[in-house]
Amino acid sequence: MSHSYDRGFIEDFGRWREFSAGMWAWIFHKFTGWVLIGYLFTHIAVLSTATASDPAVYTDTLQGLEALVIVRFLEVGLLAVAVFHILNGVRLLFVDLGVGLEAQDRSFYASLVLTGAITVASVPTFVGGVLA
Amino acid sequence: MAEHYSSFQRGGTRWLLQRVTAVFLIGVLAFHFFLLHFVNHASEITFAGTAVRMSQVGYFATMWLFLVTATFHGVNGVYNALINQGLEGTRKNAVKWLLVLASLLLVAQGTRVAIAMTNLV
Ligand code: HEM
Ligand code: HEM
Repeated sequence: MSHSYDRGFIEDFGRWREFSAGMWAWIFHKFTGWVLIGYLFTHIAVLSTATASDPAVYTDTLQGLEALVIVRFLEVGLLAVAVFHILNGVRLLFVDLGVGLEAQDRSFYASLVLTGAITVASVPTFVGGVLA
Repeated sequence: MAEHYSSFQRGGTRWLLQRVTAVFLIGVLAFHFFLLHFVNHASEITFAGTAVRMSQVGYFATMWLFLVTATFHGVNGVYNALINQGLEGTRKNAVKWLLVLASLLLVAQGTRVAIAMTNLV
């Protein structure tokens, strides 16, 4: 099966200057994963307003949040985070299957570029109503 | 450069489940964003709209599975990262059960919320 080798203590973020593309991909994947699970807990807390006996509480809470410019920008950030985690996650799944190993670096850069493009293209929809 | 960085011990059960849930999440997460930002604008979400969606069995089931898989995938990821940081022994066990508890609470609350979003009650 897979053989192991000493790759050093990769959780040591202080070594960032020595990082290669694969290391950055790994760091970004961690960071975006943590943001997503943090968001999920918050998300359920906000959606919990649906359990109030008056349905208006849910509608008013969500619309109140969406009326804030800062929330709109945070959502754009969340989209970027989610898109990167998905694209890089798919890349990792291929790597695990042993597909495209020689294109690992290029597929990481592709994930970054695509994430950027999708995020920028979504900005009008995300801020629509508060800014535009 | 054919090095392979993974936070997980390859071939383990948690590694496998992390990947199985990931495959499911690709579809639902993209679907979720698309539906609630582009088809329905996030700023126009109302309880009534949510209730219409959540009262459909297929949608409800998808969202509930989304809740469960995302919770597992996210928390398993965090647990794994902590193990990589050198968490061991009693502390590892304590953290493990704390995370299990947090996940169960999240899924329980998420389920309550999901049911409240339907017009079943
Ligand atoms: C800013 C982007 C997002 C918006 C506007 C949004 C909005 C919503 C809304 C309105 C619902 C209620 C169901 C419905 O009306 O159809 C919902 C449910 C849900 N969302 Fe999101 N969501 C977003 C991002 C996310 C992300 C990134 C995740 C995963 C980490 C997520 C996970 C869930 C889950 C699991 C449910 C089901 C809740 C339950 O069963 O109680 N959402 N979301
Ligand atoms: C949408 C599709 C998704 C895909 C394809 C995906 C893929 C992956 C993969 C392959 C890993 C393992 C990385 C490794 O072996 O080092 C991972 C880790 C992780 N994922 Fe996801 N994921 C997705 C969605 C999510 C969601 C919705 C959440 C949060 C609720 C999340 C949170 C995490 C966390 C916290 C980690 C651990 C990061 C670490 O190593 O510290 N992911 N993901």
